[in-house]
Amino acid sequence: MTDTAIQLTSKKDWSSDQEVRWCPGCGDYGILQAVQQLMPDLGVSPENTVFISGIGCSSRFPYYMNTYGMHSIHGRAPAIATGLAVARPDLDVWVITGDGDGLSIGGNHLIHALRRNVNLTILLFNNRIYGLTKGQFSPTSEVGKVTKSTPFGSIDPPFNPLAVALGAEASFVARTHDLDRKHMMEIFRAAHDHRGAAFVEIYQNCNVFNDGQFNDITKRTVRDEMMIDLVHGQPIVFGADRQRGVAMGSNGFLQLVEVADVGIDNILVHDQHHPHPSLAFALARLNTDDHSPTPFGIFRQVERQEYAGAVGAQLAAAAEKKGPGDLAALLRSNGTWTVG
Amino acid sequence: MTDTGVLDRLVVRFAGDSGDGMQLTGDRFTSVSATFGNDLSTFPDYPAEIRAPAGTVNGVSSFQVQLADHDITTPGDNPNVLVAMNPAALKADLARLEPGGTLIVNDDSFEERDLAKAGYDHNPLDDGSLAGYRLIRVPMTSLTKQACEPLGVKPRDAERSKNFFALGLVSWMYTRPTEPTLEWIAARFKDPLVAGANTAAFQAGFHFGETTEQVGHRYEVRPAKLPAGEYTSVTGNTALAWGLVAAGQLAQLPVTLGSYPITPASDILHELSKHKHFGVRTIQAEDEIAASGMALGAAFAGHLGVTTTSGPGVSLKGETISLAVSIELPLLVIDIQRGGPSTGLPTKTEAADLNIAMYGRHGEAPLPIVAAYSPAQCFFAAIEAARIALTYRTPVILLSDGFLANGSEPWRLPDIADLPDIRVAFTTSPNGTDADGNSVYLPYLRDPDTLARPWAIPGTPGLMHRVGGLEKADRTGNVDYTPENHQRMGDLRAAKIDGIAASYPPLVVHGDPDEADLCVLGWGSTWATIHATVERQRRAGHKVAWIHLTNLNPLPNDLGEHLRRYRTVVVPELNRGQLCNIVRAKYLIDAQPINKMSGLPFTVGELEAALDQIRTAQQGVPA
Repeated sequence: MTDTAIQLTSKKDWSSDQEVRWCPGCGDYGILQAVQQLMPDLGVSPENTVFISGIGCSSRFPYYMNTYGMHSIHGRAPAIATGLAVARPDLDVWVITGDGDGLSIGGNHLIHALRRNVNLTILLFNNRIYGLTKGQFSPTSEVGKVTKSTPFGSIDPPFNPLAVALGAEASFVARTHDLDRKHMMEIFRAAHDHRGAAFVEIYQNCNVFNDGQFNDITKRTVRDEMMIDLVHGQPIVFGADRQRGVAMGSNGFLQLVEVADVGIDNILVHDQHHPHPSLAFALARLNTDDHSPTPFGIFRQVERQEYAGAVGAQLAAAAEKKGPGDLAALLRSNGTWTVG
Repeated sequence: MTDTGVLDRLVVRFAGDSGDGMQLTGDRFTSVSATFGNDLSTFPDYPAEIRAPAGTVNGVSSFQVQLADHDITTPGDNPNVLVAMNPAALKADLARLEPGGTLIVNDDSFEERDLAKAGYDHNPLDDGSLAGYRLIRVPMTSLTKQACEPLGVKPRDAERSKNFFALGLVSWMYTRPTEPTLEWIAARFKDPLVAGANTAAFQAGFHFGETTEQVGHRYEVRPAKLPAGEYTSVTGNTALAWGLVAAGQLAQLPVTLGSYPITPASDILHELSKHKHFGVRTIQAEDEIAASGMALGAAFAGHLGVTTTSGPGVSLKGETISLAVSIELPLLVIDIQRGGPSTGLPTKTEAADLNIAMYGRHGEAPLPIVAAYSPAQCFFAAIEAARIALTYRTPVILLSDGFLANGSEPWRLPDIADLPDIRVAFTTSPNGTDADGNSVYLPYLRDPDTLARPWAIPGTPGLMHRVGGLEKADRTGNVDYTPENHQRMGDLRAAKIDGIAASYPPLVVHGDPDEADLCVLGWGSTWATIHATVERQRRAGHKVAWIHLTNLNPLPNDLGEHLRRYRTVVVPELNRGQLCNIVRAKYLIDAQPINKMSGLPFTVGELEAALDQIRTAQQGVPA
C-alpha cells in the first residue's frame, strides 16, 4: 500500500448504494455508522479494504460498505479472511461476525485465526440470540433463557467471548457497545491499528428477539455505576464519583471494592500490554451476568509475530537462498537419465 | 558364476512388517531400474496403521514393481518373485505369486513365535506346501548381523539393516547396478555407523547371491526402447504438486494451498511446502473446511487457490465449493480418492468419488471435473484443471487416487515451452454504465464466449464490489431474490459449465476404432490396466476400441457420437458403476459396468476375463 496514493475520503465514499435492511431500531445501525464514520480517519482507501463476513444479521454488513467484500459461509469468515490476508498482506481485512456465527458454527476458525495472529480486525456483534433464524438461544445466551427452541429455558452454559479469545492467545482483545459511537470508534481504531488479530466484542441490542439484554449495563442512566472503563496505566475505577474500583484480594481473585475502604494505591492499575494474559482473563470474567458492573475497553494488546508476515518472510528467505523458482530445474530435482 | 539369462519383464514384490523398510527397499530397487533404463510401474501397498502389531498379517507392508525392456503401464498382476521377510508377509502375499515363482524368505524369522503371530500352527517352509514354488531360504537376519559385526554395530541395530541384505540379494539375482544404491546410502544416512551397516548388509546380500549355489541362475532385464529424451521417475502426488507449481508459473499467479493432513493427499502438501521460492504459500489449516475457505479467500485476492483432500475431507469442502460456484471464482479442489465410505480404507485405492464430485452439493451447483490417469499425467491434469478454473472462474474438482498418488513411473520430461499458456487478465477498469450514465463495475457481466464473469481483485481502484452466497442479480451482482433472476442465474451457471466442452481437443479412440464392436470407456487410474488388457486382447485377435476420459464434466461433445458406433460399451471402474450410470442416463445406451471395490486396482487378468465374458454373452444376440 502506498500512502501517497491515498485520497482523502469522506463517510460517503465508504457507503455502498445498497439499502440497509436491518430491522428498524437494530443495534447494527449504530455499529455501521461508527465504522463508516471512522474509515476516512484511518488513512486507508476503500479499494485496499475488504470486509469478510459469515452468515447472520451482522454478516450483511459488507453489502453496506463501499469496499471489497464477501458475504461468505456461516462461521467460515475467519478462514476465508486468513487465505485473503496471507495472499495479500497489503490489504486491510475486517471480519464481521456474531455470537452464533463466530462462537458456535465458526468457533474453530475463530480460535485458530486468533492463535495464528493473522492481521485481521474481527468485530463480533454479541446480542446473545439468533436473530436471522428468528430467535433461538445462542452460545452466549444465559442459562434459563426461554426461546423458541428452549421453551423450558436453555440448559447450555454460555461462552464468555473475551475469555475464549484470550484462551486462544489473542494479541488484542477489547469490548465496546452499540450505544456509544465515540467509544466504538476509539476501540475500532485501536483494533485496526494493531498488527495481528484484533478481537472486539460489541454488546449489540437485538430489539426484536432479545430487546434490552444489556440495558442494566449500557443504558445512559446506569452507565456510570455499571460500566468499568479500562484505561491503560490507570487505576481501574468507576462510579459517578469514581468511588468504586477493582482490587486483587488476598485470595488472588479480583473483587469490586470501595476506593475509600482500600485506598487508591490498592486499586489494580490496568496494564493492557502485560505479556501474561491472566489479569486480562480475570477482568474478562469480572462480571458474571448482564446485571453487574462490566469492564469495557482494551483488555489486552501485546506484540506477537503476525502470521501473514511470517509466511512472507519464509517466502523471501527461500527466494534469497534458492533464487527465483525454475520449473525446468524442479522437474529434474529427483534426478534424471537420458534415453537415445 | 552362472551365465546371465534375459527376461523381457520382471515383477518383484517385497513384503515384510511395517517396520521392515519394505517401501524404501522397493523404492531403491525401482530407482536403480529406472536409471538403468527399464520401463516400470510400481504399486506400494501398506496398512493404515503406522505400526500395526509387529509380525501380524495386519501389519504387512508391500511394494510391487514391474520392470520391462518395453513399454508397460501396470505393476503386474502376479509377481514372479516374492521376497517375504516374515511369516505374516508370506501368508498375506503368497496367493499373488505366480505358479512356479521364486519365493525368497528370511529363514531367521520363521521361529515358533513369529509363526504364531502370523497365525501358522506349524512352519510352512517345512511342510511341503510350497513345493509349487522355487523356495530360497536365506538366514538374512544372522547374515546381516555377521556382516555388521566388524563395524562394531550392536546386533540389535544391525538387524534393522536386513532389508538392505534383501535388496542386495535381489539386485544380484536380476543384475542391477550397485553403485547408485551405495551412493544413495552414503548420502541418505548421516550417521556413519548406520550408513556402514546398510552398506555392509547390501554387499553381503549381493555376495551371497554370487557365492552360493542356492540362488542359481542370474537374469537381467535389458533397458526398454523408450522414446529418446530426458527421463525422471515420479509418483502421482509429486507430479501433481509439480503440476500446481507449473500452473502458477503458466498463469503467472502465485499459488496458495490450504490443506489439512489426510492420507493419501498429504504428500502434495509436503511437496508444495518445499517450493516457497516459487512464491507458493502453503497453510496447514485447522480443518478441511478452513483449508478450502483459505483457498477461496486467496482466489478472491487474485491467487491460484488450491485445496487438497481425500475421503471424508471431500464431504467437508462441499459448502465452500458451493459458495465458489455461486461467487464464480477459480478454486482447485484436489481429491485423492481412497476406499470409503467414512474412514474406509485410508491407504487403499478406489474411484468412488465421481458421484460426490458431480452431485455432492446443495442446490444446482454444476462444476467441471478432471481425472488424472497415470502418475506422470497428474502433472498435466493439474494444469488442465487450473486452466478451466481460471478461464471459466469456477471451482474444479481434480480426481486422482491412492494408486496414482503413491505409484511411480518413468516420465519423459516435457519441454517447458510446450506447456499451455493459461494466463487470464484481471479487470482493472469499469466495464459498464449505470442508469445515470456513470461508469461502473459490473461484477456479473459475462464474457460472451466463455460466460465467465470478470475478475477484479481487491486493491483495484474504483472496482470495489461485494460477492456472497445470496442469489445475485445478473450483471450488477447485487442481492436479488426475484423469480426470473434466480431462473436466469441458474441457467447461466449451467450453460457456463456446459460450454467448457468446447475447449477440449477431439477425443482419441485407441485400439481399433473402426473395426471393433466393443468399446472400453475408462477414466482415472484404470488406464494402466485397460491399456495392458486392450493390447493383450488385440494380440489375441480381438478388435477392441478404447476411450479414456480426462474431462468427466462436462463430458466431451463428441463422446455420444463415438459411443453410439459400438454394439457394446463397457465401463470398468473401481466403484459400483458411477460413470457407467452417467453415460447410460446421458446417452441412453446400454453401457455395461465392470466393477471392483476391494481397495486394489484391477489386474489385467480380471479385466480380460470380464471382457471375454461380456463378449461371450453378446454372441448369438442379434446386433
